[in-house]
Amino acid sequence: MDKNTTSALLYLDGVSVSFDGFKALNELSLIVEPGEMRAIIGPNGAGKTTMMDVITGKTKPDLGDVYFQEGTVDLTKLDETQIATLGIGRKFQKPTVFEMHTVEDNLQLSLKNDRSVRATLFWQSSAEQEARIDQVLEIVRLKHLRSRIAGSLSHGQKQWLEIAMLLAQDPKLLLVDEPVAGMTDVETMQTAELLREINQTKTVVVVEHDMAFVRELGVKVTCLHEGSVLAEGTIDDVSTNDRVVEVYLGR
Amino acid sequence: MMSSHPLIRLLDRGSTLFLILLAAFAIAIPVSNLLMPAGSALHVSTYFVSLFGKYVCYGLLALSIDLIWGYVGILSLGHGAFFALGGYAMGMYLMRQIGDRGVYANPILPDFMVFLNWSELPFFWYGFNSFAYAMLMVLLVPGLLAFVFGWFAFRSRVTGVYLSIITQAMTYALLLAFFRNDFGFGGNNGLTDFKDILGFNVQADGTRNALLVISCLMLAICFLLCRGIVTSKFGKVLIGIRDAESRTRFLGYRVEAYKLFVFTVSACMAGIAGALYVPQVGIINPGEFAPANSIEAVIWVAVGGRGTLTGAVLGAFVVNYAKTFFTSGFLAPYWLFMLGGLFIGTTLLMPKGIIGTYNSWRASQADKKQAAKDNADNSAPARAAEEVA
Repeated sequence: MDKNTTSALLYLDGVSVSFDGFKALNELSLIVEPGEMRAIIGPNGAGKTTMMDVITGKTKPDLGDVYFQEGTVDLTKLDETQIATLGIGRKFQKPTVFEMHTVEDNLQLSLKNDRSVRATLFWQSSAEQEARIDQVLEIVRLKHLRSRIAGSLSHGQKQWLEIAMLLAQDPKLLLVDEPVAGMTDVETMQTAELLREINQTKTVVVVEHDMAFVRELGVKVTCLHEGSVLAEGTIDDVSTNDRVVEVYLGR
Repeated sequence: MMSSHPLIRLLDRGSTLFLILLAAFAIAIPVSNLLMPAGSALHVSTYFVSLFGKYVCYGLLALSIDLIWGYVGILSLGHGAFFALGGYAMGMYLMRQIGDRGVYANPILPDFMVFLNWSELPFFWYGFNSFAYAMLMVLLVPGLLAFVFGWFAFRSRVTGVYLSIITQAMTYALLLAFFRNDFGFGGNNGLTDFKDILGFNVQADGTRNALLVISCLMLAICFLLCRGIVTSKFGKVLIGIRDAESRTRFLGYRVEAYKLFVFTVSACMAGIAGALYVPQVGIINPGEFAPANSIEAVIWVAVGGRGTLTGAVLGAFVVNYAKTFFTSGFLAPYWLFMLGGLFIGTTLLMPKGIIGTYNSWRASQADKKQAAKDNADNSAPARAAEEVA
């Protein structure tokens, strides 16, 4: 692809991945514009997580293009570490935080800093960094838990801490995989609010099953099925689409 | 917290106590051995001095294993190889020091080379007559092997039990190589009959005590180095890798570089331990590469408590003291069963080891105290209100 032929932050075109003959992604194409928030829905096995794996460099596509930042960076040529440094943050489906560290240390490790061995060996904290941690904790409403061990947090709090870790990285694009799985209704609504707040400054892609949550987000929705895009549009358009209904309810 | 003063960070209660105890032994044992008369109750034998010195070396080996196993989750079952390589480097220096005092009185060639009808020194023995060069090799050879091994293993993301098996294979391969006479390191007899080190007789009481003190000093230095590593932000990344490797990777840390660095440091420490061990026991042979040795060292760490540093050293002392005690009596044939039982018992009943269990007990006590205090604080205003009423 020629440089700068797209204005998209994230550009996937004709991406296919197969595992032992099973096509997890089948010519998937997806375009996310800068500043957008996009919700991805789809039944189990639709390829949502595989798509995340491809974007973050965990899985290499068999075919297709994956570009970042107006088509200037080819993500298929980079590994996880390089892609993370480039500014793509990822929240896992199962909340994954450093359970043995305090909330503060979890964020300290996530802050955008030199990640080299030497830099971390001789690293000293600074007031500026402390302030940044405060700021991030404020956003996810965990300020009162700053010195708690992350392993002792509730499920919902861990989800938020992981989102906070993403924010601390100061990424350009946040990939959020099932942020409200296992949350109460109140927590779910709070998370929707949180993501909308984050979206004011960042581009966000959210994968989620919870329709009430997706409706609450009120953004453009892409429905995946068998590794490719089935429908795209507002939540009302997508949820009334005959094929989507068919896929979700079975034939 | 990470922001506290570096010295406070380095020396918590346990670490301070550990260093004080180590210093006390390093002073008391030589004083008792050299200054107290032989019949006195305060006298310890030279045998004990060397035995203790040996334990200190094992302690250092255990420390090096704990650094990678306890903090990064790399279970090396071949760390004995780095220990033995450091030992061989020291042994080669000691062999060259024998000079013409060997059985065959050859001023250049060690006895086993004369015996094999070799006419000149193999190139890899060059330089070992220099102490400084030999000490450099003590660090360099294990360090380089660990670097190359780790570079391939960590880059290919070999982890868990697969990595453990490869480390076993590594030490076993070295065992077989060093057994061969034509490999140039004395075959199955290894290197022995040492005479002196830096001009001092290795058998003399003074030298033995000096070696003990130096071993304690090296253990203290390496301990502080480990503390520095694990309490830094680097150390927090290591724990992150241990508990959630992919999270660390997706945060943008180059996991393989972190593993490689700490694995190499650990191998160098094991090499130092081996180098200090050899002059105190008077021999190094391929048996030190035996996979069982490496596994035993892992047991010391498990017994003492992994991820605590002090526990690793304590474990090495406790298990080796038990070994010395039980293998000298009528229970000797059953020692391996006891060792196996100890490992199973620790895993089942005390998975955190001695220090780990003690730490969690203390933490739970502190929690109880805090809870009691919170209750008292909460009820105090209530009582005051009642009194007023």
